[in-house]
Amino acid sequence: MPIVLETVALDRHFGGIIATNQVSLRVEKGARHALIGPNGAGKTTLINLLTGVLRPSAGRIMLDGQDITPLEPHQRVRLGIARTFQINQLFADLTPLETLGLAVSERLGSGTDWWRLVGTKAGVVDEIVSLLERFGLTDVMDERTAVLPYGKQRLLEIALAFACKPRVLLLDEPAAGVPEAERHEILATIEALPKDVTVLLIEHDMDIVFSFADRISVLVNGELFVEGAPDDVARDPRVKAVYLGESLDG
Amino acid sequence: MTHPLPAQVTAQVAARLAARARWSPLEIAFWLAVVATVFFLPSRHLILTETAILGLFALSLDLILGYAGIISLGQAAFFGVGAYTAGLLAKYGLITEPVLALLVSGALATVVGFITSFLVLRGSDLTRLMVTLGIALMLREIANKFAGITGGADGLQGVDISPVLGLFRFDLYGHTAYIYALTVLFLLFLLARRIVNSPFGLSLLSLKGNPLRASAIGIAVNWRLVAVYTLSAAYAGIAGALLTQTTAFTSLDVLSFDRSADVLLVLIIGGTGYLYGGLIGAVIFKLMQDWLANITPQYWQFWIGLLLVIIVLVGRDRISNWTAPIRRLTARLARQPVADVSAAARKGL
Amino acid sequence: MLTILFDGIAYGMLLFVLACGLAVTLGLMNFVNLAHGAFAMAGGYITVVLVNKLGFPFALGLPLAFAFTAVIGIVLERTLYVHVYRKSHLDQVLFSIGLVFMSVAAVDYVMGSSQQFVQIPDALHGQFNLFGAGIGKYRLLIIVVCGALTLALQAILTKTRFGSRLRAAVDDQRVARGLGINVGVVFAVTFAFGSGLAGLGGALGAEILGLDPTFPLKYMIYFLIVVTVGGTASITGPFLASILLGLGDVLGKYYVPTLGAFVIYTIMIVVLIWRPQGLFGRVTVR
Repeated sequence: MPIVLETVALDRHFGGIIATNQVSLRVEKGARHALIGPNGAGKTTLINLLTGVLRPSAGRIMLDGQDITPLEPHQRVRLGIARTFQINQLFADLTPLETLGLAVSERLGSGTDWWRLVGTKAGVVDEIVSLLERFGLTDVMDERTAVLPYGKQRLLEIALAFACKPRVLLLDEPAAGVPEAERHEILATIEALPKDVTVLLIEHDMDIVFSFADRISVLVNGELFVEGAPDDVARDPRVKAVYLGESLDG
Repeated sequence: MTHPLPAQVTAQVAARLAARARWSPLEIAFWLAVVATVFFLPSRHLILTETAILGLFALSLDLILGYAGIISLGQAAFFGVGAYTAGLLAKYGLITEPVLALLVSGALATVVGFITSFLVLRGSDLTRLMVTLGIALMLREIANKFAGITGGADGLQGVDISPVLGLFRFDLYGHTAYIYALTVLFLLFLLARRIVNSPFGLSLLSLKGNPLRASAIGIAVNWRLVAVYTLSAAYAGIAGALLTQTTAFTSLDVLSFDRSADVLLVLIIGGTGYLYGGLIGAVIFKLMQDWLANITPQYWQFWIGLLLVIIVLVGRDRISNWTAPIRRLTARLARQPVADVSAAARKGL
Repeated sequence: MLTILFDGIAYGMLLFVLACGLAVTLGLMNFVNLAHGAFAMAGGYITVVLVNKLGFPFALGLPLAFAFTAVIGIVLERTLYVHVYRKSHLDQVLFSIGLVFMSVAAVDYVMGSSQQFVQIPDALHGQFNLFGAGIGKYRLLIIVVCGALTLALQAILTKTRFGSRLRAAVDDQRVARGLGINVGVVFAVTFAFGSGLAGLGGALGAEILGLDPTFPLKYMIYFLIVVTVGGTASITGPFLASILLGLGDVLGKYYVPTLGAFVIYTIMIVVLIWRPQGLFGRVTVR
């Protein structure tokens, strides 16, 4: 399969700390690619670099062969990369309807329209409806995001990124903090994402990783440590050592 | 669990979005009452004109504070630019027709707003405060320095305002002035209302709430801020020009910190983020000013200060809770039919 | 030329003493206190009353101005300010503007609106000649006093336990609390001290800056510029920023009188365009 997202020797340091070290990651089109690693390995930093929130100290980022390294975050979204945040970043005072309406309007080029009313551009309402349905938000569409249960907020978090119709969707620990009762919905929703959207997933929960991913990259101390199919990575003794520290029998 | 059919949901969504912008009965009542004052309160037209202008000025601040979250201590900068432009245009006979002069004054304030907007993009709340304050003070300093043209501390004398549209002469009782100011206010309000209910307006709310996420869904945050800041400058400039035209006078006062602080207070009293806050706040403020001026004309500032302190200590959200029922009515009166559909759908009907 | 430089430095150091309390308040509690100038004004007026009306000697008037203003500071902090710390920046701005208005009107009512002068002792009047330049005696006093204060502040910050607690709390409040540092006490003491310094600065500066009820409003922007340009991460930032502003203002007004007043605004705008976080350090306003 062709490579849709690629980093070339990506580096990022903060003063003396090397957060990302020569990372050359390649994500295939349509893949379900998981990025795992111990805490502090630099996974979120990598996401921030991919989305443009951070500038790399060195290296390049390519989307479908196009160098997007100099682009601003909002420009990258327009080209087809969208992300979710580990801690929900939502618009507390807007309703899911308004939130998704905003994203859809922006995507359809209606974002700077100051004369027409929200939702009057052709296709906006239909897309909002399909998003609400897909992410199970129809029954709460009219409530302020701040009062929604956490699971629903998490779904909205993903829906919002998905509303940008990305080619590549970066999910930063989508199930984090979600109560047990609501996890199932999140996972089912992620499973049901269309096959033409490439998903790069950061996760700590190994059950999710192994049931969902078709390829795993392990990040340790900012470097790509091991990469491969889930079974290979699971069996790799180096990965176990990294997660458990020194071998158990000391 | 049966889900509503997509067609039903589609209707719901469309209806809900349309309801956001619908005129509620309370709004219509408000404007009818306003129009009524033209006929039923002729003796108060002078103070009502001031109120309308103050309301427009506060509306301009609401656009940036209530909708985009920019704290400004220097809105008087644009008010002053508009005021002096209108005054100078009239005094030197450059543009004698008031409406045209109004537009030109607004345009100049817009330009100043656009240029200074880039300074407001960077930095924190504090830097924005400082920048806006600094720009207003700087303009005041400039107006003071060029006293030969602006009249300096004495104010701009000899301003002669021609009849509006060549037809309506400004009279001593302020009738023409009031109708003129009110018309301008209403038209600009309509425009603001339209903008606020548009996708652009919705994006402003997102900038205020979570600029990080806004940029993560493809919004060019900085350009939106520039746009709304410039728009707000236009509104403030027109308000200033109106003041000069209706009073045939202007002075350094229009650029003072007091002016910026007062309009901030007006907006806070009325509430931010629903467009009527500035108008309602202006009415309350003027009433208070009238009442307090009789008791203590000189130390009015003390009571303003005390009011600010009390408002903050009591809590702005607690105060806005008192006005919440009204605001809910103005904003979301049409909720009822939509909520019923949703409830019905949940029951599987 | 030397005289002008000297005047500029004196002015700058005065600004520093006046503004450093604000810098620490901002860095420590993330609180935008626009009423800081009111404390300076209080100090000035207290000295006027003590020295002019009650006949206290000038040398005593200054420390008393510090003390009285510090007390006012602590009282206001414990009764009013403490309720506003957790509120939004907008609320803090509204609150402090309210205090400014109240203080300006109150002082106008009690003391009248005309400019007041502190009766400085004869020994401090006039100039003496140094290397052919006229050095104002009063300005020399300002430099000496402010310089001593700056050194004392630096010593307190770096060499005392309180200083290290303060620096810890400025750096990261939550961690500091976690270490057992009583941040509330640190702040109350710091606020009082900062207000006292402002009061002292007001008393010292009455002669140069002009003391009337509009003082807090007139000088608000100066203090803000010092803090924004200098940052809140250290003492040296605001110090250097004050000197820069002092020199810029005095030199500007002398050499380019028509545009002199704009020098500080220009400095402000240039700095904010170039380094929004301040010239010397992070302005930790989140």
